[in-house]
Amino acid sequence: MKTNPRFARTRPRTAAPARLLATAASGLLALLPASALADYTWNFPTPVTPIARDTLKIHNEFMIIIGILFAAVFAIMIYSMIKHRKSVGHAPAKFTGPTGTLQWIWALVPFAILLFIDFVIMGIPAYHAVVDMEDTKTKADMVLKVTGMQWKWQYEYPESGVRFISTMSTPRDQIANKEAKGEHYLLEVDNEVVLPVGKKVRILLTATDVIHTWWVPQFGVKRDAVPGFLRETWVKIEEPGIYRGQCAELCGKDHGFMPVVVRAVPEPEYAAWIEKKKGELAEAAAGADKTWSKDELLAKGKDVYEAQCAVCHQPDGKGMPPAFPALAGSKIVTGPLLSPEGKLLKDSHVDRVLNGKEGTAMQAFKNTLNDVELAAVITYERNALGNSKGDLIQPAQIKALR
Amino acid sequence: MSHATTAPHESHDHAHYPGGILRWLTTTNHKDIGTMYLLFALIMFFVGGAMILAVRVELFQPGLQLMQPELFNQLIGVHALVMIFAALMPAATGFANWQIPLMIGAPDMALPRINNLGFWLLPPAALLLTLPFVLALFGVGDGAVATGWTLYAPLSVQGGLGVDFAIFSIHILGISSILGSINVIVTIFNLRAPGMTMMKLPVFAWGWLITAFLLIATIPVLAGAVTMLLTDRHFGTHFFNAAGGGDPILFQHLFWFFGHPEVYILLLPLWGLIPHVLATFSRKPIYGYRAQVYSFIAIGLLSVIVWAHHFFTAGLPVPALLYFMYSTMSISLPLAVLFFCWIATMWKGSMSFETPMLFAQGFIVLFGIAGLTGLVLADVAADAQYHHSYFVVAHFHYALFAGGIMGVMTGVYYWLPKWTGYMIDEKLGKLHFWLTIISFNLTFMPQFFVGLAGMPRRIPDYALQFAEFNAISTVGALILGFSQLLFAYNIWKCAKGAEYGLPKAEGRAWEGGESLEWELPSPPPHHSWETPPVIK
Repeated sequence: MKTNPRFARTRPRTAAPARLLATAASGLLALLPASALADYTWNFPTPVTPIARDTLKIHNEFMIIIGILFAAVFAIMIYSMIKHRKSVGHAPAKFTGPTGTLQWIWALVPFAILLFIDFVIMGIPAYHAVVDMEDTKTKADMVLKVTGMQWKWQYEYPESGVRFISTMSTPRDQIANKEAKGEHYLLEVDNEVVLPVGKKVRILLTATDVIHTWWVPQFGVKRDAVPGFLRETWVKIEEPGIYRGQCAELCGKDHGFMPVVVRAVPEPEYAAWIEKKKGELAEAAAGADKTWSKDELLAKGKDVYEAQCAVCHQPDGKGMPPAFPALAGSKIVTGPLLSPEGKLLKDSHVDRVLNGKEGTAMQAFKNTLNDVELAAVITYERNALGNSKGDLIQPAQIKALR
Repeated sequence: MSHATTAPHESHDHAHYPGGILRWLTTTNHKDIGTMYLLFALIMFFVGGAMILAVRVELFQPGLQLMQPELFNQLIGVHALVMIFAALMPAATGFANWQIPLMIGAPDMALPRINNLGFWLLPPAALLLTLPFVLALFGVGDGAVATGWTLYAPLSVQGGLGVDFAIFSIHILGISSILGSINVIVTIFNLRAPGMTMMKLPVFAWGWLITAFLLIATIPVLAGAVTMLLTDRHFGTHFFNAAGGGDPILFQHLFWFFGHPEVYILLLPLWGLIPHVLATFSRKPIYGYRAQVYSFIAIGLLSVIVWAHHFFTAGLPVPALLYFMYSTMSISLPLAVLFFCWIATMWKGSMSFETPMLFAQGFIVLFGIAGLTGLVLADVAADAQYHHSYFVVAHFHYALFAGGIMGVMTGVYYWLPKWTGYMIDEKLGKLHFWLTIISFNLTFMPQFFVGLAGMPRRIPDYALQFAEFNAISTVGALILGFSQLLFAYNIWKCAKGAEYGLPKAEGRAWEGGESLEWELPSPPPHHSWETPPVIK
């Protein structure tokens, strides 16, 4: 697998003009020795989709244009500041506007040039780029559904029914500076989303709670995931590799810890991966029908709790009130499990975990966790974190409640 | 800027006001109120600055050192709200209060009591905005608004009591702004000196006039949006909730219908001020007066029809994307007129480089970077990469610090001699200028590059490849922040000019000053232009 050059900290292949600009910028950062800056990424990371390549090209052209405009305008200003100063005895002129044809030409030509730059040099390529970028529907080979939620991504492949959650895998101790930071600090996940190279992937986006933004810089794609609505975009990855990005819209506490990691692989490898994922899902579904022992549920529940719940309710269950209530000793958690007839009780522990609470960060986990995971984590919360209800709920009971 | 400098006895003037704090609570004098606005802005500038310095220190290195993400999210949003609503806008209103009557030959603002109310609404609003920080220390609530200044729903629907405090604070600030705007409009329309036609109005007054109209047009939309947010939060409405038939993006439309003109609301008074300063220190009349006035009007009109470029990534239909892209690009034309006129004002003048002139020229160069990067941000395809990244953070700080704050500093240094009666300490002023401009670029230039490299904004911690740029940026920010103490000291020194032995300012404190305020003594009497000047 090819590592992404950007993260190997080599300098991306930037166009010559971009390098020129970079040099100009290092001039502005004149306080620092230029050599110390040599390894920095000065421009967009290496593009791997047609859109990203197009965007980089447009960006580089624009930077040259505005660089020239800036230099030209301020060269005139600096010339004036040197020549037309009192200390060299320059007598002030009295004009208040253009006088004579020549001056009018001088005054109007810059605007004609600007008009041309705005709507022709910049405007026409921009038009084509926009149309191309929004063309999600023609010749799409497959669909990937992305759902943003606080603070993880769910990926779904509608054709094969594969669905999973992807959360950041950087240990909290690295963030708290108790441990050395790894190479992909904050940009690594437990489940990478896998896509085939050379295929046009139509990406549908939505969210369950607040607005998130799915962004992978090397794809040139950034699109908001809006709760209750579908948004779309597309990618056609040209090179196998691992591509990393992040949520780009402030989405609450752990907005900074919601990475996107895409592994692009050749088609056969992708097909094999899908088959493997399908197998895992079938296995998990089968688990819902067997009867689990309490110890099995508690062990599984602990894993689920730490991956899904601990970020808000904290590993010790003490929460961070008032935004994130404590589970230890909570009235809801220590309340009755189900009604005597085995029905869901409103605002009970099971109801809260399955359906969430509107207007808060507590989401409806029935959408993202399977029956086993739900049964396990509910059982865990009732019998750990300082609670000892002694009861348990079976995956089959959760299945019946859906 | 203090009792001593505006003391009534020096000029045999008919001031009759209560002494002590009552004077300031009850004053209806435009100079007193202007002074209060400016001091309030200065204090809040340091409050907002301290917040962001804490943020920058946290971002010095990867990892969480100083604060948790919750507090980080509160600080970035409140920093923006404080700087925009409690520092930049009051500073501009302070200028309007002091200068519009002096420059148009009016005895005072037209609505003096409303003027007083407009100011005294500000301190409670600022208190509301920042109080949740303090309440959280006592275990009440979970701190201030943590959604960024944009208050995007549904995140703001989910937030704690800080959001409610922010909503009420915005309501009060909005009322204050509208009162101030009405006052400016009524004053300019009715109290101009005889013979001063609208096309003889000082450019500064024109800039403010357009600002005032923009405020009246857009603040009610913001007030409506945050009220809808309030009812979504507490009274079961679903304006921004898809499950109830609402739409989260509706909030963004409403917010930016206000938010984009807001940028020009902050900048127009300063675009009005810059030509005066350039003309004064070039000893040459303002170039292209009419062109500048028409550009102000054009920018004002364009500003209310381009709002959606703030959320190109939200998934707008192609025709909307194209429309907002091309309309946004067209703002570059009137803006280019202004740049042309500014440079042409200096061209073939007889320039000298006192502190206000340095700030004005620094403003032009750095605001030029903001304008040019704004032009490329308008491009929808490229914007997909820039948006929500540090590139945007750098861009709008070039607009609002280099354009906004440095514009305010230009005005303060330019008019301090008029207000206090003493010339400023040039050495200190120049030191302040150079420290500011160097550390400003050190802070924000790296942010362009870290944004291009892929760093999203509003994150409390970042991946390792962004570390060096962030470290440079933090060092720059600390120098920038502490340099501003020089600004405060310089103002203090000028206000106490007698004690520090500064030279007394003549009426025409700057030899090239041509507008009406320079016809009055420095400082002007408590009541000036009781007999209006006649303009030929």
